[in-house]
This record gives sequence, C-alpha cells and structure tokens, in this order.
Amino acid sequence: MKIIVCIKQVPETDKVRLDPETHTLIREGVQAIINPFDLYALEAGLRLREARGGQVTLLSMGPPQAEAALREALGYGAESAVLLSDKAFAGADTWATALTLAHAVRKLGGADLIVTGKQAIDGDTAQVGPMLATVLGVPYVAWARKLTLTDDTVLEVERLLDHGYDALRVRLPAVVSVVKEISEPRVPSFKAKMQAKKAVIPTWTLADLGLDPREVGLAGSFTQVVRVFPPPARGASEVWTGDPQELATRLWARLKELGRR
Amino acid sequence: MTLIVYSEKCTGCGACVEACPFGVLSLEGERLVIGEGCTACGACVEVCEAGALALAEAEGPSPRPEVPPDGIWVFAEQRHGRLAPVTLELLGEARRLAGELAVPVAGVLLGDRVAELAPELFRAGADKVYVAEHPALAEFVEGPFTAALTEMAARFRPEILLAGATYVGRAFIPQVAAALRTGLTADCTAFAIDRERRLLLQTRPAFGGNIMATIITPRTYPQMATARPGVFRRLAEPYADAGQVVPVELSSLQEPGPCTFVGTVEEVRERLPLSEAEVIVAGGRGLKEARHFRLLEELAELLGGAVGATRAAVDAGWIPYSHQIGQTGKTVAPKLYIAVGISGAVQHLAGIQSSDFIVAINKDPDAPIFKVADIGLVGDLFEIVPALIAAIRRDRG
Ligand SMILES: Cc1cc2nc3c(=O)[nH]c(=O)nc-3n(C[C@H](O)[C@H](O)[C@H](O)COP(=O)(O)OP(=O)(O)OC[C@H]3O[C@@H](n4cnc5c(N)ncnc54)[C@H](O)[C@@H]3O)c2cc1C
Ligand SMILES: Nc1ncnc2c1ncn2[C@@H]1O[C@H](COP(=O)(O)O)[C@@H](O)[C@H]1O
Repeated sequence: MKIIVCIKQVPETDKVRLDPETHTLIREGVQAIINPFDLYALEAGLRLREARGGQVTLLSMGPPQAEAALREALGYGAESAVLLSDKAFAGADTWATALTLAHAVRKLGGADLIVTGKQAIDGDTAQVGPMLATVLGVPYVAWARKLTLTDDTVLEVERLLDHGYDALRVRLPAVVSVVKEISEPRVPSFKAKMQAKKAVIPTWTLADLGLDPREVGLAGSFTQVVRVFPPPARGASEVWTGDPQELATRLWARLKELGRR
Repeated sequence: MTLIVYSEKCTGCGACVEACPFGVLSLEGERLVIGEGCTACGACVEVCEAGALALAEAEGPSPRPEVPPDGIWVFAEQRHGRLAPVTLELLGEARRLAGELAVPVAGVLLGDRVAELAPELFRAGADKVYVAEHPALAEFVEGPFTAALTEMAARFRPEILLAGATYVGRAFIPQVAAALRTGLTADCTAFAIDRERRLLLQTRPAFGGNIMATIITPRTYPQMATARPGVFRRLAEPYADAGQVVPVELSSLQEPGPCTFVGTVEEVRERLPLSEAEVIVAGGRGLKEARHFRLLEELAELLGGAVGATRAAVDAGWIPYSHQIGQTGKTVAPKLYIAVGISGAVQHLAGIQSSDFIVAINKDPDAPIFKVADIGLVGDLFEIVPALIAAIRRDRG
C-alpha cells in the first residue's frame, strides 16, 4: 500500500486575533502547530499500513518553516515526507493548493490512498481534499470515522453525514478525509522521534513540479481575499450576579420580552 | 491582482507595514519589501498617504468572461424527499441577491424521485427548478452528485451557485468547483453584491471565528459558495405557487462509479435536530455528570428547543457526538443559545457565533463565555437552572 497523508502547518487559532483598531493580525505568542485534524489522518494512515503493509508518505505545502511540522509528524512513524515550498506558491487558495499537491502526488508516482484531515483550523474550508481528488480524477469520500481495507483495491468507509453514518465501498485509488472519531493519535515513540530528527526532508519547488507560475499561488487562485476585519462585536454583555432564584426569575422575564412563551 | 510599490514615492513611513493584516510587509532600511503571503487585499494601499502602493491587474490567466445567462442557482439538498432547511434559507437570500442583479433564481433537485419537491422551492423563492432524477442519486455519494451538478452547471451556466455548508454540501461542492475550474468560498455567513464590478461579495469567518474575511471570485464562473445553515432568513411570504420545472437527462451517470453506497449504519435520531432548533440549551464540563444533562433536557423541552454540548462533555461520554457544537462539531444559529457550565473556548464559540441571543450560566465570573453572552448569569448552575425551570412552570400555571 502506498499511502499519502496531507499535513498542514497552521497557527494555533485560539491565539489569532485582529487588533480591533488597526485591523492587523496580532501575531505575538502565536505558535505554529500541526493542524490537529491532520494527526487523525496520520493515525488512520499508519493503522492501515500496519494492517496491510506498505508505506506512509507525508506531504505538505507551505513556507520553509513548515518543515518543522513534517518532522514532528514523521515522529509518529511515517516513512518519508516531502515539503512543497516556493515563493510562487504563496497566497494559494484551496484550488491552487490542491493543484500543487496533485502535481506532487503524481511526481511521487501516485498513491493507493490519500488521507486528509477534516479541515484546517486556520481557514476551516475543508476544500483541499475534495479538490485534490478532482484534479487527480479519483473518487473522494468525506468525513470517515472508520476505514477498512477488504483487499488492496477496495476500501470500506463508514462516514458521518447530518442524518447519521453511512457505509460506502470505494475502489482505490481514492482520497478520503477523516473525522476525529477515527481513532486517537498515538503517542510518538522515542525511537521514531529520534529517527525523525535526522530524516532528510526534500523540498520541491515550482520547477521540480513542472508547474507554470501562473497556475499556482495567488496568481493561480480563483478566489481572492478583498478584506479582513474583526467579527462584528456582539451587543454589550450584561453580567448579572446575585441570588440564584432572583437571577432565574429575572432571566425568564427577559426571555419573555424577547418572545419566548 | 498584484501589489506594486512605486519606490520613488515611498517615504518609508511604515504605515502599510502596520496595516498589513497578514504581516507580510517590512521595511529594510527605507526600502519596502513585500514578503510571502501577500493576498493583494489592498489594506496597505488604503493607508498609503504617499500613493506609493497600488494594486495592478496581473496579466491573469484569463480576462473575465462574459456574464453567464442563468442567474442564481441554489442546490436543493434533500434526503428521502425531505428538504434540508438551509435550502429554503438560501432561496430567500438568493431572491434578495437576484433583485440586485435582475436575474432569475433556480433550485436544483438531485435525487431518485424528487420532482414533487419543486412546489416547495417555488414557494421559497425559485423561479425555475431543474430536476435530475437517477437511481444513482437516491443516496448521497460524492461521485454521482459531483458529476450531475457539474454537468448541469456546465450546460445551463449559472452566474452564481450556492449550497448549504452541511456535511453533504461541504463534501461534494468543492469537487464541482474544481471540475468547473472556478473558485469556492466555504461556510459563508453574509453575501452582498458589488454592483459596479458585478461581483458576489462572500463573507466568512476564519481562524475559528476570530477573523472575518470577504472573498470574491473575480475571473471565473460560476461564483460559488457554501453557506452556513441557520444564518440566512427564508422568505416571510410564499414567493410563487408554481414555476418552470426543467427535467434534465444526465449523460454523466451511465456506469456504476468506483464508489457505491452500501447502507446507513446508524441514524442519529433527534427529536429536534440542532440545525433546526430555535432554542438550544447546551452543557459543558460544569455539568459534572451524565445524569445532570436531564436538567438541560427538561429546560430545552420547556422552551421547545434541543440540547447541545461542548467537546469536553462529549469526550467525557455524557452525551453523544451528534450533540457536539463547535469547530469539531456542529455549527448552529438558533434564536436563543443558553450555555450552561461552558467556559467559552474559541473552538466552541466558533460554532455559536451566529446565534441571535446568547445566555451564559457559569460560576466563574472570568469565564470567556461572558464576553460573548448577551446576558451572563454568574452563579451555580445547579441552583439557577432548577430555579429557571420552576419560574417557567410557575408562570405557565
Ligand atoms: C482542534 C480542536 C477542536 C475543538 N473543537 C471543539 C468543538 O467543536 N466544540 C467544543 O466545545 N470544544 C472543542 N474543543 C475543545 C475546547 O478547546 C474546550 O476544551 C472545550 O470547549 C471546553 O468545554 P467546556 O466549556 O465544557 O469545559 P471547561 O472549559 O472545563 O469549562 C467548564 C465551565 O463550567 C463552569 N462550571 C463548573 N461548575 C459549575 C457550576 N456548578 N455552575 C456553573 N458553572 C460551572 C466552570 O467555571 C467552567 O467555566 C476543541 C479543541 C481543539 C484543540
Ligand atoms: N498546504 C497544505 N499542505 C498539505 N495539506 C494540506 C494543505 N492545506 C490543506 N491540506 C489538507 O487538506 C485538509 C483540509 O484543509 P482545508 O481545505 O484547508 O480546510 C487538511 O486537513 C490537510 O490534510
């Protein structure tokens, strides 16, 4: 089995804020981490490899610093990692990201299965996985909580939708995204962590992927951010303290004013 | 678009460096450097008093093509003949946008036998309903749904295509956008029309709701977005009793695809789904034990609402995952959200920020939930919630 897991380095979102006056990102104390949902994708990939044999390759597009995320992820026990980094990739939307990742997948000689996280916590779009599948021309299944390989060509998937869980059968190669119910990420072993420290992580650039600068990054993006601003402030908060009975009666009176019956 | 610097005009004042929301501008001595990650958002251009910065149209891959003929489409999500509420909300919003653009609104029904849903779409705001019926569309599977909607959009060419940001919408709409080679904005909470450029302005939260971004698709059609359920309002009055029904024969669904539906393994049965509830009473770690969720159920029932939970409560095994609200769970937009024993972590707030009115009950006066709550009650939930239930009962006699 050749399995590719897509990993994104993201800022820790709880820390990201816009300065309400200047509308600039407050970056102090904001750490870069592995997108937490991608650890579930990695765990899913590692378990399938353990069940069927094969290898897990990690793939990430990002600035040079994203190598740190790949190295950390290697510590969980993947065989290899590739970073896609080039000035030309900057400002990519989900389409341009998916296109770039797809070219890297082809350069890696394809894969039987590509696993992504549910979504990246910075953009929260959940679009890169399905777009990647479309560019590669392979099926995509979203929100998997269970993956079972019946043989090397057929994957059984249980996945979450609004009404509950459906079972699907998909012929490989395919792209799947996983939700956190898939299984808790393991604790990296000391040995794997030490190996990861020494691992060589190649960086592939625009030229390595044979892409045109107009196809990638900001230039290759179909969408464009025209404005960023802080979320509209909610009305001023009222904070009430006092006797619980009184608080409850007062609250019900107010809720009735707001139309509750 | 790309950002250009007229270095001869630049005074090196640094105002743009301050203004850049992405922190990609810096001064090397007096020289302004544009780093990686510039999105050409223009925030710096606005603050540059020297006029040294400008946005230039890049020699983009393609100039903007002519406006496509078929107005605004709303993907009409349904399951087993029941429409997802977000469909009706989006038809209401589509009417408003269509008024500004002077174009028609169409609903798009995909399923096995779904034509009988068309009248509901006309009442909700559609002028026209496209219906594609095929056994392969009986249950949701990404492949056939992608193929069907892609084929229809390529044939009839809408200017704008909207869908709900539900599990279904977010699973296959990105594939449709990719297949049509156009942009897609996820989980929008507001739309507007830029009349001058005839563009859909798509606004959405990012970074767990800490930042809002407005996004456009300037060069390609259709302009596509998924929209958060519960945020947009359906029409108050029925729009029409009838309209044009267009049956579509699909050519892209002939063979069985590589991915097939096997069966539903678990239905999450809720008296009232969170996405449809006007009132949600949600509990967190402050409830201490599974059995205390009975309290919340009682309150929810009195208010005609549903029960939600934080991830901490779900992880503790007190309530099933289907009740989880937040970044990893559901996004909700009720009229009234009552947060009980919830601290208000950003990942939880990301799921509730579109609520109309938020009440928080927490014994810790410094809990972050009080910053977003319209009314915050500081106190012990085990005293306040029973008292509230009693007050409602007393009042109703
Ligand atoms: C990637 C990621 C995704 C996540 N996604 C989600 C998500 O989707 N949804 C989500 O909810 N969380 C999510 N989380 C977890 C989130 O960060 C918080 O840990 C979680 O929301 C905390 O839940 P809580 O408020 O119930 O618990 P706590 O933070 O423990 O808060 C409990 C609160 O109850 C109050 N309390 C205790 N006893 C009483 C009493 N007797 N009366 C009144 N008040 C009392 C306390 O003062 C406290 O404020 C995510 C985290 C990560 C890293
Ligand atoms: N730059 C990237 N490099 C590698 N994988 C990515 C990248 N962006 C997104 N992904 C993958 O796609 C998933 C969905 O991301 P998003 O569409 O950004 O929400 C993530 O969980 C990752 O697995």
